[in-house]
Amino acid sequence: MMIVDKMEQSLRPVETPMVTYPPKYITMATGEKLVIRQIAREEVPHILEAVKPLMTVEADFYDIVASRIYSELLGYYRYRVKDEYCLIGTIDGVLVGIVNGRLIDDKVGMSYHTMTLKQGLRIGAQLFAAKMEYHLDFLNQEEVLIVAESPNGFKRWMIEYELESRPETWHELGGVPTFVLTKALWEKHKATKLGGRRPVKEELLKTAEHPILPATYAQIPGYKR
Amino acid sequence: MREVGIVGVGHSKFGKMSGGTFTDMLSMAAVQALDDAGVKTGMGHGVDQVFVSTMGAGILNKQSGIASALVDYLNLRPAMAETIENGPASGASAIKLGYMAIASGMCDCVLVVGGEMMRVVSGWEGTDFVATMLHPEAEYNYGLTLPAFAGLFTKLCMEKYGVTETDLSIVAVKNHENATHNPVAHIHVVPNLYCITEDEDAPIMNPYVAEPLRMYHCCPVSDGSAAVLLCAMDKADKFKKKPIKIAGIGQATDTHAVAEREVPTDLLAVRLAAQMAYKMSGLTPQDIDVAELHDAFQILEIVESEEVGFFKRGEGHIAARNGETKIGGKIPINTSGGLKAKGHPLGATGISQVVEIVKQLRGEATGRQVEGAKAGLAVNFGGFGNNVVATILTKEEA
Repeated sequence: MMIVDKMEQSLRPVETPMVTYPPKYITMATGEKLVIRQIAREEVPHILEAVKPLMTVEADFYDIVASRIYSELLGYYRYRVKDEYCLIGTIDGVLVGIVNGRLIDDKVGMSYHTMTLKQGLRIGAQLFAAKMEYHLDFLNQEEVLIVAESPNGFKRWMIEYELESRPETWHELGGVPTFVLTKALWEKHKATKLGGRRPVKEELLKTAEHPILPATYAQIPGYKR
Repeated sequence: MREVGIVGVGHSKFGKMSGGTFTDMLSMAAVQALDDAGVKTGMGHGVDQVFVSTMGAGILNKQSGIASALVDYLNLRPAMAETIENGPASGASAIKLGYMAIASGMCDCVLVVGGEMMRVVSGWEGTDFVATMLHPEAEYNYGLTLPAFAGLFTKLCMEKYGVTETDLSIVAVKNHENATHNPVAHIHVVPNLYCITEDEDAPIMNPYVAEPLRMYHCCPVSDGSAAVLLCAMDKADKFKKKPIKIAGIGQATDTHAVAEREVPTDLLAVRLAAQMAYKMSGLTPQDIDVAELHDAFQILEIVESEEVGFFKRGEGHIAARNGETKIGGKIPINTSGGLKAKGHPLGATGISQVVEIVKQLRGEATGRQVEGAKAGLAVNFGGFGNNVVATILTKEEA
């Protein structure tokens, strides 16, 4: 734990109180149960271990997404990003995906990244939808600023959610064109995009308490933890 | 007419190509097929002709003259080279032309390679590109797409024959299960029938694409390539592998505008193409041990299985329900995973189907082998059934 001296205090952003994302679960097409929950700040170092191996994977822009998530979560852990949060997905206790974002103010949210560790099950789509649910339904924001770093993201978010193009609006991720999910667009698409049930039964939630890091990655042939 | 066989097969992993050019992707399958047959490129390679099948390289990848490029890339000069386009049936059409080139005596050895790199564009752009094969005034201009046609077709089959959404899902689950044993398949995930049909989350995890078709009733968008090396049967002893004979090929066309068809639930071109192939091979539907049917949408596998004579009209879905099309069933269909789970890179598909039949007849389809398979049928479906090629392969007894 960092010593919170006067200098450190002055470096930290002022935090806005945020309601915690209530955990939920979704039955995947395979029958597996995807549990989505918010992590606490102290869990970040463990999650970073899952991200690290992907930082050199060029395919599908995993390198840039993993590197940026790594630095964003590190910033969250070390109090260098204001009002950040991170949701994770687990299946049978194994970490299968990560999403994060932050609040710009009480009305506008900023989506950072969506990263799927286990592919082929639409985990990324459900984690992204959960992130939007957090901003627009639980934090009652009016809109979320979104950018895409990979064609997959562009196809999934910009096109499928018919996001509003707002290139003149500034987003922290490097000045690439910004798109916006407004409350109206969210209400239009929510019914077909957002899955899941609450509450999560205690025993199922327990499996997600201490996420197991993936032993292998389809993105890294031959990798074994 | 000379007899023609297949002495080499190659297949790239279907899915998403990461990096590399269209020619790189084609070469993956082509080199495998040449290696499989024991053919070395360069001086004296013996390949007389190369056919490349693709529907969209010029549009999606901005590369035309692909066959000429591939011949040079593979060091197969001065082989003759042509690029073939016949929509999603381009692959089987290219094989047919290779067959004709050898049967006529003009060539002894023909390399046929097919491929598509479709994931460079969004799903909507890809769907629009595929829809360009529809009738421009009667269909395309009204916004019709292939999934839309398949949805309408499915609805008619539901009304007329009692096909249900669950039947479509049964076919999908079977094909996904088969694909888990095919290392080159695009998708290695097996959906659970209950979870994609009845579970509370099913509408989200298996959403409608074109009602009543849901996501698991449609093939994915895939990149990939496949190749076969054809030779004259009387020259086959020069190659490493024993030939699998092309015993029959049939092709038929139907009206371009689907609305002009007499019976909209019929796939007449499938029926006629299969009949031609049976006649040429001297075989009947009962002689076929394994089949690859063009299941871009799951309803197509059901109706094609009827049109090629495996089941009576209107009973294909019942056969699927009863497991008759599974491996070990009466007539295993789409042991490769089909277009549904193996993937559907348009120009590669017809060749990929033939590659699977060759592997089955050679006994090389590890994990999904149909025991004792001696004859196989592949049906490659172009447009919305307006141009279909059926190919029958047989294993020649020693």
